[in-house]
Amino acid sequence: MYYFDPHIHMVSRTTDDYETLAKMGCVGMSEPAFWAGFDRGSVESFRDYFRQLTDFEMKRAAQYGIQHYTWLCINAKEAENVELSREIIAMIPEFLDLPNVLGIGEIGLNKNTRNESVIFLEHMELAITHQQQILIHTPHLEDKYQGTRMILDMLCGDARLDRSRVLVDHVEEHTVRHVLDAGFWAGMTLYPVSKCTPARAADMIEMYGPDRLLVNSAGDWGPSKPTAVPDFVLEMRRRGHAESLIRKIVYENPLTFFRQSQNFQFTPPDVLAESPVEG
Amino acid sequence: MQTKLTAPAVLDREFLEMRAKVLQLAASFDRLDRAEGAVEGDSRLTQLAQAIQLLQSERPDKAEEVQMIFSRAFSPNWRDELGVDQHV
Repeated sequence: MYYFDPHIHMVSRTTDDYETLAKMGCVGMSEPAFWAGFDRGSVESFRDYFRQLTDFEMKRAAQYGIQHYTWLCINAKEAENVELSREIIAMIPEFLDLPNVLGIGEIGLNKNTRNESVIFLEHMELAITHQQQILIHTPHLEDKYQGTRMILDMLCGDARLDRSRVLVDHVEEHTVRHVLDAGFWAGMTLYPVSKCTPARAADMIEMYGPDRLLVNSAGDWGPSKPTAVPDFVLEMRRRGHAESLIRKIVYENPLTFFRQSQNFQFTPPDVLAESPVEG
Repeated sequence: MQTKLTAPAVLDREFLEMRAKVLQLAASFDRLDRAEGAVEGDSRLTQLAQAIQLLQSERPDKAEEVQMIFSRAFSPNWRDELGVDQHV
């Protein structure tokens, strides 16, 4: 089955991982900008990172038939540095017209502080001003519920925002309902210790239905599994769910959400295969 | 949407995994008991005790409620408390 991983940090992965993902049916992915494991010191570090996301990773993925898209921002952890954050937010528009840029993300909260909230709102303003979609990181563990509610407050506090163009990621049992009820898309991140397992993600699909729900691997530099989406597919099959339902969650839903971005020009692999060969 | 599996099928499929998880928890508590030092009064132990107690309840949203036991509270007045204005 073809699938699309809507949240995976391929800058942290080897080229072997691209090959493995392609063999397992991955035909597209989107990669939000995130924390590198250390705080970067200047706006130029981010400019180079954005070049990597908008150029190098797209080419590396294409070698395996995977269409790569990306989102740009300064992540919540480094947003504690307000001065640096504002320099980066001012620089982001340079990249917004590049062909694989889908929007602003993953913005969000980490420890639910004042500075993180201020920079979240400034990212929102950037997205609204430039008609960009938004991908949102919600905090981990004990901070998740509080941070998710704060994020929803900020999103719902701005009437200009089109909620159908916002994806709130890393939802779990105690946050998914709040996100869906408010009209946003929700992403479940399949991650070994924190976040969600394939079985719990399947439980949430059974409880809330498949509409506006996505699953992703987040595959990053921490303990994570880039092939987690196929694990979810297997779990759904073992429970007896229809192939059409599984396909909706791992392929059609991501395409429906991403097609709202002006830069999303995804060509399905079956269409690519039928294209006449030139020469 | 309901689960496609019957309750007996779920139990057949997951019994050994559930048994292993309970054993792992029991062994962790034994390890805590054997270790030097004291953790009485640590709020994390209270959270664990609350969560384990909740597993015995009949409520249908045990996973969500366990999550809430391990979550910081949300204050609807957070903007005033942090001094955050919606408008940038």
